[in-house]
Amino acid sequence: MTLHADLKVTRGAFRLDAELVVEPGEVVALLGPNGAGKSTALRALAGLLPLTGGHIRLGGQAWDVPPDVFRPAERRPIGVVFQDYLLFAHLSAVENVAFGLRARGAGRAAARAEAARWLDRVGLADHAKAKPRTLSGGQAQRVALARALATGPDLLLLDEPLAALDAATRLHVRAELGRHLRDYPGHTLLVTHDPLDAVVLADRLVVLEHGEVVQQGTPTEVARRPRTDYVADLVGLNLYRGTAHGTTVSLDAGGTLTVATPATGPVHVVFPPNAVSLHPDRPAGSPRNAWRVTVAGIEQHAHTTRVRLDGVPPVLADVTTATVADLRLQPGDELWAAVKATEAHAYPS
Amino acid sequence: MALVLPAVVGLAFLLVPLVGLLVRAPWGTLPARLLSPSVGEALRLSLVCASLATVVCLVLGVPLAWLLARGDVPGRGVLRALVTVPLVLPPVVGGVALLFVLGRRGLVGQYLDAWFGVSLPFTTAGVVLAEAFVAMPFLVISVEGALRAADPRYEEAAATLGASRWLAFRRVTLPSILPGVVAGTVLCWARALGEFGATITFAGNFPGETTTMPLAVYLALETEPDAAIVLSVVLLLVSVGVLAALRDRWISGPS
Repeated sequence: MTLHADLKVTRGAFRLDAELVVEPGEVVALLGPNGAGKSTALRALAGLLPLTGGHIRLGGQAWDVPPDVFRPAERRPIGVVFQDYLLFAHLSAVENVAFGLRARGAGRAAARAEAARWLDRVGLADHAKAKPRTLSGGQAQRVALARALATGPDLLLLDEPLAALDAATRLHVRAELGRHLRDYPGHTLLVTHDPLDAVVLADRLVVLEHGEVVQQGTPTEVARRPRTDYVADLVGLNLYRGTAHGTTVSLDAGGTLTVATPATGPVHVVFPPNAVSLHPDRPAGSPRNAWRVTVAGIEQHAHTTRVRLDGVPPVLADVTTATVADLRLQPGDELWAAVKATEAHAYPS
Repeated sequence: MALVLPAVVGLAFLLVPLVGLLVRAPWGTLPARLLSPSVGEALRLSLVCASLATVVCLVLGVPLAWLLARGDVPGRGVLRALVTVPLVLPPVVGGVALLFVLGRRGLVGQYLDAWFGVSLPFTTAGVVLAEAFVAMPFLVISVEGALRAADPRYEEAAATLGASRWLAFRRVTLPSILPGVVAGTVLCWARALGEFGATITFAGNFPGETTTMPLAVYLALETEPDAAIVLSVVLLLVSVGVLAALRDRWISGPS
């Protein structure tokens, strides 16, 4: 059962025209700058906004095929986590989670029992009776996730689910969200403008600009070969999967990196291309990551020059035009790449 | 000084009549008069009619407020203005209008009479209608204001959880606007309780059937001034009670 969506929405001067395919169990991140049409796409999939063209189909079911078919939100098997969660203030956490079950016909006792199980799964069994205003941001986010998943939806839509959290909470909640998304058998679409959320949580990225899909692929593909300046600036990250043992991470693709904060188990290591410096010889001293690389390509971007380098691991480096001239960079050149441990961040995955 | 003097006069102007009412009240015979059949009857009729009128206003007014706040209707501004007309209309005009629409020969009344044998003017039901007509805008405006302040995205969240529009309204929106609904209901009830002009025009003045407290006050003033004062004191106490119930919303002001 695959989700096929050809989202065409015209509203005033704005036009969304994006095709999305999501397989069961797959997490697709819809990434793009503000005003790119991400929210419009999410609202259309949720049934809160009718399409003006195209179609939305899940398996054999037509959800929206204008002008003939339109299933409103309440008749689609969906779960939505909104950016500011929209928990019902007058209901307790467990009543919030039970709301969807009740609305879909479950009895009071059965709905409450199921809701309590979900709260337990997100680690909030102790807060079942708490009103939303007494919950922290991270807790509210988990209640919102439990509420969205409790009805067993076929499609889970997440609208900037981490945007409202502070940086410290975010790290923790992101890892936890990742675990729940891996367990979830349905289709997941994550809308975000934060590339880190996208690369850590999603199996595939779809980048939207001005209402159109400009690039899609696995996070690594998109990160390594950005097609537009926006993608290059934001998603053009050095991104590796690996296994952490303290501050040392063994990368799945080969090689090791030293990171600042210790971690254990599977992680993503991320650092921006401008954190990479290039040297003709092995840089002396200092607790840096340094390894041999070969120049594979040089691309001129708006403000910098991006150098693609092969090695173990391969890496992207943004360097100034002066550096390009100094090192007389040419494809095939052998160099040393260096990254400070403090610049390389490991995120549990 | 130029401001203080008129301010004090203004305050006295508002308070002295009320104080005078309390001073003139025949406190010694008050309990006996309150329990007298005619006062008791008027009081009971007033409470019953005002409460029924409030129920009518709630049943019709809350959906109307929802339509004005959320509905996708053309000319919403005009509609909203029309709804508030009874607020500024002299109640006696409202009574006349009701009479010519619902009267036995009226636009709608003739069919009610011919098809169902129902005649509304000069009945207790007529009192309820007249009160509801005058009081409903208070409820509609209060509830509509609360609805417009409430975030409609909560209704969307409820919809994504499988709730129909009605369920979303009942279980999500209504609880969130409850303070506004309560305030509007109390205000509406108080207005219905004090209704005079539309009631006497449309429902007449028949003791036990359409003579509510305000009508009884007016009636008693000529024959039995002491009874008029007693009834007035009762209405005054009810008004103060309403204000006390709404103190947080209406009296506290910006602090």
